[in-house]
Amino acid sequence: MSTEIKRRIFLKRSLAAGTVGIAAAAGLLAPQRVLAAWNKEAFEAKELPAALNALLGSSDVAESADITVKAPDIAENGAVVPVTVDTGMDGVESISIIASNNPVPLVANFVMGSGASGFVSTRIKMGKTGDVVGIVKAGGKLHSAKKEVKVTIGGCGG
Amino acid sequence: MAKSIKIRAKEKGGVTTVKALMTHPMETGARKDSKTGKKIPAHFIQEVVCKHKGNTVMTAEWSGGVSKNPYISFKFSGGAKGDEIELSWSDNKGGSDSMKSAIK
Repeated sequence: MSTEIKRRIFLKRSLAAGTVGIAAAAGLLAPQRVLAAWNKEAFEAKELPAALNALLGSSDVAESADITVKAPDIAENGAVVPVTVDTGMDGVESISIIASNNPVPLVANFVMGSGASGFVSTRIKMGKTGDVVGIVKAGGKLHSAKKEVKVTIGGCGG
Repeated sequence: MAKSIKIRAKEKGGVTTVKALMTHPMETGARKDSKTGKKIPAHFIQEVVCKHKGNTVMTAEWSGGVSKNPYISFKFSGGAKGDEIELSWSDNKGGSDSMKSAIK
């Protein structure tokens, strides 16, 4: 058997295995979607209080010194702004990241499972200069911290 | 189909740090095509689930406000070296992918 034929068989087999893997993954994912349905109302809300009410059941947020929101002072590229929310609080249930001046302010919500600590890091888009707010739900209450990020679009890093 | 997820998990002092990169366009639906002037339809990841030995340690829900080719990092305790960790995402068009890795 020439190496060419072997290669073909190998390709065929790996392709077949790939398809099965994807089918299995899709099957596994389906029930999760039912359990944690994407919160359309919250993620399409144009106003922050409405988004918070829809997502967390309350918009009553207290500022807290125990939360650190790490983001750059100046973001030259608003399409990629690294954001880290870190907190030492116990019993963190969820961490939400909000870009207050975005058309859709609620960017992401991380639901922390058992054992997860109050730390999450990601990259977000920002339309213009504004506060990045980290909201931590712990012990049934909402706590927040914010950090202003200046976004320079088309600027030279001024 | 090429795998769209890169995942790395590292255990140190009882805390496992998970870092993951996904390949995805993350279109908000508000952007316009510069040539046709038509809106580019929304196409973004709505949900990311990370499991450690079958237990969900983190679920992320996203709007289109997360950067394209999203990166996430988070920490959890209770993981040990060699444990299996699985990350999966699903988007608003019904697409999905998942990836397994072992904690190092």
